[in-house]
Amino acid sequence: MKTAFALVMLALVASIDGARAQDAPRPPAATLTQPKGATQPVDARGFIHRWLVLEPVPVAGRLTEPAVQEALKLGALPGTGDALPKNGDTVTVNGDSYNWHALDTTHYNVNLYHFAWALSKPTSNVLFWVETAVDAPREMTGVRLAIGSNAASRWWLNGEPVIALNDDRQSVIDDGVSRRLTLRAGRNVIRAAVINGGGATDFCARFLDEADKPIEGLSVSLLAR
Amino acid sequence: MLRKILPCIAVAFALPAIALDGEIIVHDPSTVIADAGRYYTYGTGNGLPILSSEDGWTWRRSGSLMSAVPGGKAGAEVLARGGNNTWAPDIIHVGDKFFVYYSAPGTQPKSAIGLLIGRTLDPQSADYQWEDGGPVVWSDGVEDSNAIDPGVLLGPDGRMWLSYGSYFGYIRLVELDPSTGKRRYPERPPVNIAINSEASILIHRDGWYYLLVTHGSCCQGANSTYNIRMGRSRKVTGPYLDNMGVDMIEGGGKLFAGSRGRHVGPGHFGLLDLGQGVEKFSLHYEADLDRGGVSVLDIRPLLWRDGWPVAGDNVVAGTYTIESARTGTVLELAVQGSPVGGFRQRRGGPPGSGIAGSGSPPGGSPPEPQVGPPVADQEPAQVAANWPATSDVRLAPAMLQAQQKWLIAPVAGAGGYPGAPYYRITIAGTERALTATSGAELSARPFSATPEQLWRIDQLTDGTYRISPKAVPGTDAVFALSAAGSSMPTLAKFDPASDRQRWLLGAP
Repeated sequence: MKTAFALVMLALVASIDGARAQDAPRPPAATLTQPKGATQPVDARGFIHRWLVLEPVPVAGRLTEPAVQEALKLGALPGTGDALPKNGDTVTVNGDSYNWHALDTTHYNVNLYHFAWALSKPTSNVLFWVETAVDAPREMTGVRLAIGSNAASRWWLNGEPVIALNDDRQSVIDDGVSRRLTLRAGRNVIRAAVINGGGATDFCARFLDEADKPIEGLSVSLLAR
Repeated sequence: MLRKILPCIAVAFALPAIALDGEIIVHDPSTVIADAGRYYTYGTGNGLPILSSEDGWTWRRSGSLMSAVPGGKAGAEVLARGGNNTWAPDIIHVGDKFFVYYSAPGTQPKSAIGLLIGRTLDPQSADYQWEDGGPVVWSDGVEDSNAIDPGVLLGPDGRMWLSYGSYFGYIRLVELDPSTGKRRYPERPPVNIAINSEASILIHRDGWYYLLVTHGSCCQGANSTYNIRMGRSRKVTGPYLDNMGVDMIEGGGKLFAGSRGRHVGPGHFGLLDLGQGVEKFSLHYEADLDRGGVSVLDIRPLLWRDGWPVAGDNVVAGTYTIESARTGTVLELAVQGSPVGGFRQRRGGPPGSGIAGSGSPPGGSPPEPQVGPPVADQEPAQVAANWPATSDVRLAPAMLQAQQKWLIAPVAGAGGYPGAPYYRITIAGTERALTATSGAELSARPFSATPEQLWRIDQLTDGTYRISPKAVPGTDAVFALSAAGSSMPTLAKFDPASDRQRWLLGAP
């Protein structure tokens, strides 16, 4: 009996410690930094490094086509025009408030698990909204948006749906590729929803030309226009 | 006949494809050759009969070669060295000339190989005429040679060679002058390179010369034992060794093509290099069992494996998965799939692991693992009713599901290309057909036999397939099915150096 009591107490203390640890600020994500400078070019492989990321919205976390559609309804984002939010903006989604974070990733991909964990936010059964704006020096035709996402995702370019990936999947470079698109001269807004069931979650994105070569010479700006 | 054959082969996936369409009866055909957008071959028979084709699939008899030779027959010296039969020609295009080498046997092994020289293969052309070039080689009826069955090669170094012979002794090799088509060194004796065979021909690839010959007996219909064998050598003059190191001059020869399916007795290999990694070979079968056992022409894919040519097969009607060699994902209709056998609840960890639902805890007696009854294949009728009306296609991991099963079947009367007809590619059990759309993209739409829904499927030398629409709306450019990424099929110009446009056809 004494042994049982001791075990219960031990578990209680561990639980309280766990809660304190949960509440304590966590170190920032090692791969994500605050943006510096007004614009940032895509890297030599065409990957976009600067993004606005909304704190994760809880959803069911199932990843079939109907489940993703349901998650998008549940986590619908108010306002889907060309205007980007600003760092620190707050939006209400499904009755709760979430903050936008402007981030640069040091890797080719954006690690959403790092992002949410550092904020003590859930990483499983969640939907992440991400946005950015890419400036093209001229109109470019025959271009494809190419992304990888863990897990399911939906992508829009200038408001048009261009990529839909379902099911539990790893983030593989050029996993989802759009049809041939036209990048208009100047600002092009990318918006995406990444839905994660459990475990790691991340994404990467770039544009490819007609020969599947990465497009360089694009720059990213999160300034409101 | 074709319509009668198709239902039979639709369920016989292991069989080779049907032979060509049209008037394809021929024996000992020459290498198939193209000129001014038309394909030609010439065979054994009175005056060397011509078969020609606009697309390489449907063939027509088109008179004889000798009818365009002054005098209408072999030259006097050829007749004197050999005889007045006209058999087993071969043809090559060098510069602005076509050289035809033909067998002119008398009483074998007294025979000769004659030369005809022309500028065009088009009988309708004002320039169409064949000039007698006289005998090139001959056998006197006593020596260990029977000078018939010529095969000609223009090597990578610009030197031209003629191999010939048939059973009475050796297969022999002489060098030709590419400017005249005649022997370059008539004073030099021929080189013996093989024995006990006929229908020899040389090809070259990656520093190797390959000697292909036909073994066995001809001319007995389905009782013919013809089969094509080969050896290789770093030097054109040999020795030509087979895969076991046996010299072909001592009877060696690795099998290249034997009887299969409904075709008995393949013989008389000829290379048809279409470029961009697409190689084919022409041949005849001694007996096509679907055509009453007559001898017919065929064109099949030529593959290469471990330094040896391999006889490929044209695609047979059937249900396939279409897998990207680039990504390993398969083409599917963009609908939510259902697991084969339906959804099943996971039942915890391994027996004894202690995970809920996993059976007895450690220390107890673990239950015997039990297999279940077989799970039936997923047929479209089981799941297609739940599919939305989407026409999108995409690539996804192979899951053996109905939206990933494509029926590939010839389209009667739609023409074709060297070796095969155009195919339709539809989700099995539906009329949703793979369709090329404007902007060189893809969709799955009701089949109506439009050019955007007719597909050319060429097996490449590595065994994968190039899959090309007959037409893409809004452009005359030629496109091929391409994997733009793991999940996105599209159309793009074919790049033979890339896996993007290479596809594997598999049994789902």
